[in-house]
Amino acid sequence: MPTPPLLALHGVCKRYGVVEVLKDIELEIHAGQVVALLGDNGAGKSTLVKVISGVAPADKGVVEWEGRAVHIKRPHDARDLGIATVYQDLALCGNLDVVGNLFLGREIRRFGFLDEMEMERLTRSLLERLTRNLPDLRAPVVSLSGGQRQTVAIARSLLANPRVLLLDEPTAALGFKQTTEVLDLIDRLRDRGLGVLLISHNMGDVKALADRAAVLRLGRNNGFFDVNTASQEQIISSITGATENVPRPPAPHESAW
Amino acid sequence: MRKMTDNTRTELATPDAETGRPHPGRAVSRVVEGWVAAFRRKLSAGELGWLPVVLVLAAVWIIFQSLNENFLSPRNLSNLSVDIVGTGLIAVGIVFVLLLGELDLSVGSISGLAAAVFAVLNVNSGVPEWLALIVGVLAGTVAGTVQGYSFAKTRVPAFVVTLAGLLTWNGIMLAILGTSGTINLDENGLVAKLTSYYFTNDAVAYGLAAVGASVVFLVSYQDRRRRQAVGMPHRSLRAIGVRTGAVAVIAFAVAYLLNRFQGLPLALLIFLVTVAGLDIVLRHTHYGRQVYALGGSVEASRRASLSVTWVRTAVLAVSGTMAAIGGLFLASRITSVSQSSGSGVLLLNAIAAAVIGGTSLFGGRGTTWSAVLGMLVIQSIASGMAITDTPTAVQSVITGGVLFAAVVIDSLSRRSQEAHGRA
Repeated sequence: MPTPPLLALHGVCKRYGVVEVLKDIELEIHAGQVVALLGDNGAGKSTLVKVISGVAPADKGVVEWEGRAVHIKRPHDARDLGIATVYQDLALCGNLDVVGNLFLGREIRRFGFLDEMEMERLTRSLLERLTRNLPDLRAPVVSLSGGQRQTVAIARSLLANPRVLLLDEPTAALGFKQTTEVLDLIDRLRDRGLGVLLISHNMGDVKALADRAAVLRLGRNNGFFDVNTASQEQIISSITGATENVPRPPAPHESAW
Repeated sequence: MRKMTDNTRTELATPDAETGRPHPGRAVSRVVEGWVAAFRRKLSAGELGWLPVVLVLAAVWIIFQSLNENFLSPRNLSNLSVDIVGTGLIAVGIVFVLLLGELDLSVGSISGLAAAVFAVLNVNSGVPEWLALIVGVLAGTVAGTVQGYSFAKTRVPAFVVTLAGLLTWNGIMLAILGTSGTINLDENGLVAKLTSYYFTNDAVAYGLAAVGASVVFLVSYQDRRRRQAVGMPHRSLRAIGVRTGAVAVIAFAVAYLLNRFQGLPLALLIFLVTVAGLDIVLRHTHYGRQVYALGGSVEASRRASLSVTWVRTAVLAVSGTMAAIGGLFLASRITSVSQSSGSGVLLLNAIAAAVIGGTSLFGGRGTTWSAVLGMLVIQSIASGMAITDTPTAVQSVITGGVLFAAVVIDSLSRRSQEAHGRA
C-alpha cells in the first residue's frame, strides 16, 4: 500500500453494560474518498461514529491515524487529530445564534473578551462558500429551517479544517432540494481531499456519492463493497443479512477490496 | 438597558444615508420604524424579552400613583432603589443558575449564614470589619462551590442538592449565632454604610449618568468602526445616537430623581455596577458563553468539549457568592443579624424576581438585568401596598399573580419559538 489510510480501525469493540454493540470492527478511510457506512437500525453505525469522535471511546482495538496508532479518549483528542463530526441530532444549542454555535468551545478572544465581530466575519465567509441562502447569523438556531441547521452543523465541523469528516445521516430530515444541496457540498469536500464517512439509509445517496461502502450487521462487519461495481441488491442483502443466498459472498476483509 | 436597543442590530447602514444630512426627526422615526419591525419579528418568534416586565412595571406604577400621589415621589423611589439591592443581588446569582435550567434553593440560607459569620466575627470576636466582610462573602462562595461540585459530579438535580444545602447552611448559621439571638451591627460601620451612605453631591449622580451614556456610545461607535473597516454590516450612526440617547435619558432621569432626595445611594451604585459587570461576563466572555450553551443543550456542549463539571460548579459558586453579598446588604439595611435572617419569603422573592424579569425557567435565555427589572416590580408592589395600607395577604396574592403570569409568558414564548423553528 503506497500511502497508509488517513484513519483505520482494527478489531474495535465497544460494549454498553452486557450488550456488545460493536465487535472486531475493521474500517479504513482514505483521503479524497467517501465511505458509506451502512446497516440496519441498531447495527451500531452511530456507536461507531461516537467511538471515532471520542464521545464513547472504544473498549478494545487499535485506531490508526496515517499509519500510527493513536488513542481517542475524549472529543478533544479526535478534534486535535483532525476528525470532525456532524451528529444525527446536529448537537446545536438552539438558544445560541449561528455564530455562537459555530465557535462554541473555540471562541476567538480579543483582550479576554469574545471577539464577536471577527467570529461573525469568519462565519459569513465560511457559510457563503457552503450555501446560497445565508441564514440570519444573529438569529437563535432554533428559529432556522432544518436544512439551514444542517448547513450550520456542517460549517461548524469544517471550521477547524479537518482531514476526516464523519456525517451521521445528514440528509435524513431534509427535503429533496436541501438534500441535493448537502450532497453537492459533500462532493466538493471530497474534491478538496477530505476523507468522508457517510452514514445513510438512502441507497440513492450512497450510489450517487460514495466510493466504497462498509456494511455493519448486529455490531459486526458484514462486507465491504466498491460502490461503482457492486450491485444495489448485493449491498442490500448484506445489510439485511440475506448474504447466504448471494452467489458471490462479499469480501470478508479490508485487504480483499 | 442594553436589551432594549439590541433590536437595532439588524438595521443596516446604507451608504447614501451616511453622506446625506438627514432630518433629525425623520432619522429618529426611521430608527423607531426599525424597532417596530424588529419587534414584530421577535413577537412572532416568541421572543418578548424585556417587554412584558416593563409593561407590568408601568402598570404597577400608574395604579399606585393614582391610589396615592406620594408613590412616585423622589423620597419613595429613592428608598425603593435601596430596598431592591439586597434581594436583587441574590436574584442576580439566581439568574446564573436559571440559565443552566436549574434552581438554587439555598440562597436564602447562604445569605443568612454570611451575615451571621460577619456579625459573629466582627461584633462578638472583634475581627476588623473588612476582614469579617471578606470571610462572610467567602463563606458563601465555599458553600456554593461545595453544592456546585456535588451537583456536577453526582448529577442529582441542583434543586435537590441545594434543598439539602438550605437545611445544612441554616443549621450552621443557627449554631454560629448560638444562643445570643440577635446581634446588632455597628450603626456607623462599613457594612451599615453600604445601605445608609448617599452621595449628597449632585455632581456624582449626574457625572455617573454621563459616564454611563458615554461608555455606551463609545463601545457602539468603536464596534461600528471595526465592522466598517472590514465591510461588515454595522449600525448606522443614528441608530447609535438613538441608543445612546435612550440610555442617557433614563440615566439622567434617575439621577435627577435621586438628587431631589438625598443623592445617589451607594447601594444602588454597587448593584448597578455589579449587574452591568456580570452582564458583560455572561454575554462577552468565554465563561458566559459556556453557561448559555449548557442551558441550551448539555449534550451539544459536551460534544463541543466544554467542561460541564467546571461550568456547573462555577455557576453555583457565583450564586452562593452573590447570595452572601446580598445577605450582607440585607443585614446592613436593618443593621442587625438574627436567627430569622435569610428565612421567609427572601428565597422565593429572589427566584420570582429573576423569572418576572424575563429569565427563562427552561434555561439558556435571560440576562442579569432581569434581576433589576424583576426586583423593581416586586418591591414596587410591596412599597405601594405599604403606602396604601393594604394588608400583606393581598401583597402576596398579587406578587404570586405576577409571577404566575411571568411563568406562563415564558412557557408560551418557548412553545411559540419551537413552533416557529419547525415551520
